[in-house]
Amino acid sequence: MIQAKHITKKFGRLKALDDVSVQMNAGECIAILGPNGCGKTTLLKTVLGMVMADRGEVMVKNELVKKSNWQYRRHIGYMPQIGRYPSNMKIADVINMMKDIRQNSNLNEELATAFDLPALSQKKMGNLSGGTTQKVSAVLAFMFNPDILILDEPTAGLDPLSSEKLKAKIKAENDKGKLVVITSHILSELDDLVTEVIYMQEGKIIFHKKIKTLQEETGEIKLSKAIASILQSAEK
Amino acid sequence: MFKISISPYFRSACILKMSGKYKLFRHTLYSILIIILSFAVLPSYAGIVRVGKNQAIQSVQQGILQAKEGDTIYVHAGIYHESKLIIEKSITLVGKGWPVIDAQNKGEIFFIRSRNVWLQGFKLQHTGRSDMKEIGAVMIYDSYAITVYNNQIEDANFGISVQNSKRCTIKDNHIKAFNKNEVLSGNGIHGWKADSLIIIGNAISGHRDGLYFEFVKNSLIWRNKSTENVRYGIHFMFSNNNTYIGNIFEKNESGVAVMFSSKIQMYNNYFHDNWGDATYGILLKEITDSHISGNSFVQNTIALQMEGCSRIKVFKNKFINNGFALKIQASCDDNDFTHNNFIANTFDIATNGTLVLNTFDGNYWDKYEGYDLDRDKIGDISFHPVSLYSMIIAHNPAALMLFRSFMVTLLDKSEKLMPIITPESLVDHFPHMKPFDL
Amino acid sequence: MMRKIVKYVLGDIIRNKMVLVYTILLFVISLSVFNIETNTSKGILSLLNIILLIVPLTCIIFSTIYIYNSSEFIELLVSQPIKRKTIWYSLYFGLVLSLSLAYIIGIGLPALYYFPNAKGAMILIVGLFLTWVFVSIALLIAGSSRDKTKGIAIAIVSWLFFAIFYDILVLFILFQFQDYPLEGAMIVLSFLNPIDLSRIQLLLQIDAAAIIGYTGAVFKIFFGRGLGILICILCMCAWFLVPLWLSVKIFQKRDI
Repeated sequence: MIQAKHITKKFGRLKALDDVSVQMNAGECIAILGPNGCGKTTLLKTVLGMVMADRGEVMVKNELVKKSNWQYRRHIGYMPQIGRYPSNMKIADVINMMKDIRQNSNLNEELATAFDLPALSQKKMGNLSGGTTQKVSAVLAFMFNPDILILDEPTAGLDPLSSEKLKAKIKAENDKGKLVVITSHILSELDDLVTEVIYMQEGKIIFHKKIKTLQEETGEIKLSKAIASILQSAEK
Repeated sequence: MFKISISPYFRSACILKMSGKYKLFRHTLYSILIIILSFAVLPSYAGIVRVGKNQAIQSVQQGILQAKEGDTIYVHAGIYHESKLIIEKSITLVGKGWPVIDAQNKGEIFFIRSRNVWLQGFKLQHTGRSDMKEIGAVMIYDSYAITVYNNQIEDANFGISVQNSKRCTIKDNHIKAFNKNEVLSGNGIHGWKADSLIIIGNAISGHRDGLYFEFVKNSLIWRNKSTENVRYGIHFMFSNNNTYIGNIFEKNESGVAVMFSSKIQMYNNYFHDNWGDATYGILLKEITDSHISGNSFVQNTIALQMEGCSRIKVFKNKFINNGFALKIQASCDDNDFTHNNFIANTFDIATNGTLVLNTFDGNYWDKYEGYDLDRDKIGDISFHPVSLYSMIIAHNPAALMLFRSFMVTLLDKSEKLMPIITPESLVDHFPHMKPFDL
Repeated sequence: MMRKIVKYVLGDIIRNKMVLVYTILLFVISLSVFNIETNTSKGILSLLNIILLIVPLTCIIFSTIYIYNSSEFIELLVSQPIKRKTIWYSLYFGLVLSLSLAYIIGIGLPALYYFPNAKGAMILIVGLFLTWVFVSIALLIAGSSRDKTKGIAIAIVSWLFFAIFYDILVLFILFQFQDYPLEGAMIVLSFLNPIDLSRIQLLLQIDAAAIIGYTGAVFKIFFGRGLGILICILCMCAWFLVPLWLSVKIFQKRDI
């Protein structure tokens, strides 16, 4: 569903992405892992067309990502790392606006109900806590039944209960055959969701493996330990 | 009969020359005059000549030829295609029902070289013009006591021309031309080498200069209206001791210009809407020992421009909504401005030098921002009516681009606090807080 | 699509207290100027500098800050299936419509009430023109610089330049080249600053006394005749279209 070929992106002298190629398919749940500033978010943004690669190309559902192509984003639901919204708008306004923009009648509002957002719908975005704002972002990402879900640190700032609800939702959507791409630095959270892992460092993909392969290679069941052991062996 | 009809003038002339010790003689003379009058008046009315299409005499020319000294000619309504009508005797010509004398562009209509002529009630038109000489509807030469009263003059090169004459009265005439260009047109009322004229209540428009005087003295110009002329509303030079009262000068291409004269009195005249490049409400050039008071200057490019003027008292005038209320050149001295209202002018005063030999105390300036703590209705701090920007723009007209810009306002304010460039001696020490009731 | 987003941006800005404060400020200024000044044309002239200073300042600062504060909102929209051009124009129209509305209520309507003629209309037009121009310059600044502090600083400096420094520069040129005929140059220079252009347009309408002497005649002839008016209108349009177009180009290429 997503193909990236030899993408390079520089911000000034910093190479955020260095010749990255990756293939992501429907039904996969991919975790992009790595230390801060390794290029995770940049990679996602390149897919979203928010950042234009200096070299290389990205295809989403066989459509080339470029300046003049914007329609392909209707396939994507995106949950940003920090979702801030016009502070004067109410939750209902933001949701209505997105409905207005996406023009999609096939709505999926389970998550909104699960988060109990309708009760808060008259609250202004500016007055919401970080957690509630994240809930709004999550709701928006899932609402239009996109084929691809891109979630940047989805559980950061959420309370444990909501976090579980979100994970259940991710799992459910993934099971429907959708592609889910998650970045997170809290590895333990992803254990029961993820089918593949991409590990990035300094703008490069260190490895891209199925979780089962990973577990077999390292003999570790826990994701965090598996990764730690692979990194240690790489250092040696 | 000749003597009798001039007697009122003669009498007043005598009175003027009388001095106290001849009082007895004066009384005697009076009595004699009155007696002569009462005998002589009756026969003078006997000579009446009638001109008209239904009369024996059908042309004005014939009428004038037939009339004797002191006769009255009545010209009845109709169109008379005549020109070059020469009057060299004392007669009264009266139009009945506005007879029209149309010169068909062949030249002057009336030539008057006489004493005691009265011309009234005609419509005179189409004199045509010449490059060689001045052609007027009414030409008065070398005459005495001529009255031109209540005529209409249209499309004449010159309207009424008075040359080398005395004691003529020009009253209530309507003089109108349709000129576009000052080279091709003549003046409405033109005076040259004349004395003791009385010019009252005429309305003049569309000429080169509405009123033009050269070497005219001791005259009264009162309640005339001179508008939309292609050059000046009034233009005079070398004309001393004249008085101008209650005249209206409006929308003339170049406003009003007066030069090289002294002892001029100008009271309660109106100088309005004289707009344009080099247009003045009034331009005073080399005018001395004069009074300018009670006049109203409204919406002129430059309301009052003074060059080389001395000893003029300018008081109780209104300067409202002008570009420059007053442009006074450094060549002026000993002029005094007081009790004038300066309201809503773009610039109140501009001058071209730092030397100021004139006084400006006790006026009202709407731009004055001082205070009056002792409540004597006079501002406690002096006012400098020349702004820095007006100096800049006088020096460098292209600075108009910055007109009313914030930066210029800042410059002006700082200059007001600490005058560096503007003349410090051009100052009103006693600015009034409230406008004068004028 | 544009209309929908404009609707939301507009709703957001109108609820912003700054625009309300701006409207009330303009309204109070215009009413006090029109009521206190007995001399109406003097009143309109006192209003002139307020319009020429406050409108550009508010528009450029408010819009710059608004764009920076909307960066997350922009991020949200950019990740949606919407053309970037649409997002950017929506922001522009949202800002322009709300600030124009504030101007119309604050000064335009009072001006038309007190001067129901060409003067009132000119005050309205000039204020709206300045609003459009300075919002569009703000978009260019906010689009070019990612750093909010730097962007706001550039906005303030731009305002200072157009409101004051440019005129000082012109005065300097006038004094340096005073031996040459500068009328034509002044006309060109007045086109290069939207504030000067507005001021001259306004003065030609409201203050006929400005037409003094030869230069006045040159200005009046140029700005008052067919070709001059056409050039003026084109120039005024260029003043808000060019920065807007440039900012769109920048925004389209920009990484969010």
